[in-house]
Amino acid sequence: MTTIDLEEQFMKRVAADEKVEPKDWMPEKYRKTLIRQIAQHAHSEVVGMLPEANYISRAPSLRRKAALLAKIQDEGGHGLYLYCAAETLGVERDTLIEELHSGKAKYSSIFNYPTLSWADMGAIGWLVDGAAILNQVPLCKCSYGPYARAMVRVCKEESFHQRQGYEILLTLCNGSADQKQMAQDSLNRWWWPSLMMFGPSDADSTNSEYSMKTKIKRFSNDELRQKFVDATKPQADILGLTIPDPDLKFNEQTRHWEYGEIDWEEFHNVVQGNGVCNKIRLRERNEAWDNGKWVREAATAYAEKREQRKNESKQVA
Amino acid sequence: MSNTKNWPLWEVFIRSKNGLNHKHVGSLHASDSEMALENARDVYTRRQEGISIWVVESKNISASDPKINDEMFDPAADKVYRHPTFYNLPDELKHM
Ligand SMILES: [Fe+2]
Ligand SMILES: [Fe+2]
Repeated sequence: MTTIDLEEQFMKRVAADEKVEPKDWMPEKYRKTLIRQIAQHAHSEVVGMLPEANYISRAPSLRRKAALLAKIQDEGGHGLYLYCAAETLGVERDTLIEELHSGKAKYSSIFNYPTLSWADMGAIGWLVDGAAILNQVPLCKCSYGPYARAMVRVCKEESFHQRQGYEILLTLCNGSADQKQMAQDSLNRWWWPSLMMFGPSDADSTNSEYSMKTKIKRFSNDELRQKFVDATKPQADILGLTIPDPDLKFNEQTRHWEYGEIDWEEFHNVVQGNGVCNKIRLRERNEAWDNGKWVREAATAYAEKREQRKNESKQVA
Repeated sequence: MSNTKNWPLWEVFIRSKNGLNHKHVGSLHASDSEMALENARDVYTRRQEGISIWVVESKNISASDPKINDEMFDPAADKVYRHPTFYNLPDELKHM
């Protein structure tokens, strides 16, 4: 069969909602698109642990500390599920890690913003995990089997992340005036970057069309962003917080909340590496990797020695 | 030394409770089977998803080739008589 025939057959299968598994034939473009997206997603989970890690020792109670720790641990697990899904496409784990650490690979730009107060742990759970959930739920039906299955696991774990964040803000909003102000300040800083998490608007999104055609993605960036705004506005009302967008208004006809202009220049700046925390995030990742080198080496040496002993005792017997 | 290489990849299978099969849940890297089991516990059973774990080094799994699926699974395609619905029985016969 020629490549063109195979490609045609592949597109038909995908159009019929059949899943693609690792050993199946797939177009190179499909493979490359998936590797890039899954790796970026994995990197985001891993780098996403950093802004929150800073608050484990600063959590105001043992309950909050246990929850935050469990959430961050989950994110590490999400990174692992995703790296494994990427590896089924023929890429090596170490290559992916190297690309992250050298700055070649991208991760979600939201994690290049600083966490300035405890309320940010609330805002991240509520908004950042909330946006991630909206992105990830449709990915459970992604055409690539291993990615879809990883997403099912991730989504199951994700819902407590958002709830614990919202509860943090709820507690602050029911507290003193200063505490409520702290929550509002946090929302002011995280609102726009959260909207940017869905990526460039559809008109400027270069990879979207192919991803939609091959059912890697099922909703466009703007569709997901709209869902997020619609879901989040009433949640902000319950908290008694104001979304920092003077143009936000309900359209009676479309039944959607219309939002103001997103500052895409800021978005591109952060993606290009000029956000407040880009450098520190990469430095911390590199340090963690370098400091763990002796552990990786020791474990390998130990495994080799045990294997050797096992073989020796077999020979004696 | 092999420290610049990835640790071997392991496939993880979990029995969620007695009476059920071990089921493939994902994979992970570990230097040996003991570490693979401990890591599998930490990433795949954080919410009591299992009571038993198997790990198998991925390189030890032989898989059928989807390219020859037609020949591979063809023998079963024309044997409808292996299914109970193939047999015509009267409606009065309630449970069989
Ligand atoms: Fe996550
Ligand atoms: Fe999360």
